[in-house]
Amino acid sequence: MSTFSTSEFKAGLKLMIDGDPYSVIENEHVKPGKGQAFNRVRLRNLKTGRVLERTFKSGDTCEGADVVEVDLQYLYTDGEMWHFMDPNSFEQYIADAKAMADASQWIKPEEECVVTLWNGSPLYVSAPNFVNLKITETDPGLRGDTATGGTKPAKLETGAVVRVPLFVEEGEIIRVDTRTSAYMSRVK
Amino acid sequence: MSDSWQPAASLVVLKQRASLWAKVREFMAGRGILEVETPVLSHAGTTDPNLDSFTTTFKSPVSTIPESLYLHTSPEFGMKRLLAAGSGSIYQICHVFRNEELGRHHQPEFTMLEWYRIHFDHHKLMDELDDLLLLIGLSSPSVRHSYAFVFEKATGIDPHRASLTQLQDMAIKLGLQGKDHSRSILLDFIFSARVMPGLGQQQPELIYDFPVCQAALARIRTDDPPVAERFELFIKGIEIANGFHELTDANEQQERFEADNRLRMAMNKPPVCMDKNLLAALQQGLPACAGVALGMDRLLMVIVGHDTLDQVVNFTFNQA
Repeated sequence: MSTFSTSEFKAGLKLMIDGDPYSVIENEHVKPGKGQAFNRVRLRNLKTGRVLERTFKSGDTCEGADVVEVDLQYLYTDGEMWHFMDPNSFEQYIADAKAMADASQWIKPEEECVVTLWNGSPLYVSAPNFVNLKITETDPGLRGDTATGGTKPAKLETGAVVRVPLFVEEGEIIRVDTRTSAYMSRVK
Repeated sequence: MSDSWQPAASLVVLKQRASLWAKVREFMAGRGILEVETPVLSHAGTTDPNLDSFTTTFKSPVSTIPESLYLHTSPEFGMKRLLAAGSGSIYQICHVFRNEELGRHHQPEFTMLEWYRIHFDHHKLMDELDDLLLLIGLSSPSVRHSYAFVFEKATGIDPHRASLTQLQDMAIKLGLQGKDHSRSILLDFIFSARVMPGLGQQQPELIYDFPVCQAALARIRTDDPPVAERFELFIKGIEIANGFHELTDANEQQERFEADNRLRMAMNKPPVCMDKNLLAALQQGLPACAGVALGMDRLLMVIVGHDTLDQVVNFTFNQA
């Protein structure tokens, strides 16, 4: 694996710190007047999402992390693991619940997802920003019911529950923003 | 059309800048300190391993051999030659150049005020710096603490007596990456990460008597422990000025130059031509004196209450 020097630490560069892969957020030059120059670097742990700050002596190097982002097609889940396929090479990848995080409640088979691979294994699966899903369960809307702010809960075919306007009915397909769980529109 | 031709600083700051420069000159004139100029372009550069000079090439009209020249990182060497020649107390406001420095508080080209006072020690020069701060409207007088005091207060460690392992453990705790750092690097890191941010928050703060491994061009006083007679001014956690009770011993100066160059080679940096003219001047005799270098752009920045240099220089490095 290649190594990078502090002057190459651009935002987005993937580095190995204490055995974990990190992505560089920010790299700031710090220097006491007559002293050693340092690079104060903010990094995001790609496994936990936590942000940490580390300082490097300017000119020091750090090992790069073998982290790439690929588009994979979701195939199925066996209840424990989630199976994906590269639509070009047909190579299969298996993601665990930790890598899936929130994505599992938004994706259905054949959905294309951006998957972050570390040393060839899924580290993090991002659901598409917008998905179209069918409502499998929701109460019939009651006209004039404003006490609930004009929305009601609806269960989607993937199991996620979102709030929808009162006029939306069971069996309809809706568009949802997966980042905020917000209802966007009905899909004809 | 791009707007990048426009000045970075507002026209209000442009005027505040001119007014600050005028006040400094008035202050110096009032004390009989002579304004001088020394060359920006020089055949010798600083050997300081933590400073990187810009270099350029001179093509002589009467020679086919090109000459490598340095842009000064401070006017120190030229001014010391004037002092050795009997100039008396002097000051200079000039642009200086430092390679490999760019950030919120760093520009590769910036304005420095440097002045020297004959027969002053670092404490007397700190008094004078305080008078200057009062004149330019930083109204509260500075507080003064030794390096050891503020270091120990912020970290619980005695910077002069702590073992290398103690410093290493503290540095790792504060997020320094890598191993086998020297004592000086560990002190620099701990100081900038833990001590510096708290300095000068209420009023300007002067820190004096540095560890001997950070002496640069300061005299070393043989106390127990020995300390370098150096001081720094901090305002709002930002380093504004650095001063020395100046080293006048030519032999020790030459030894420090040579040690610097050995360290540069160990760091894979090119050695720098020692300033033989400075050494000759020291040999002749530099009067006992103290000197201080002050970053004028940073001073202006804290006076007008901005937090990046970009807001107080008329054009930033990226626009130049």
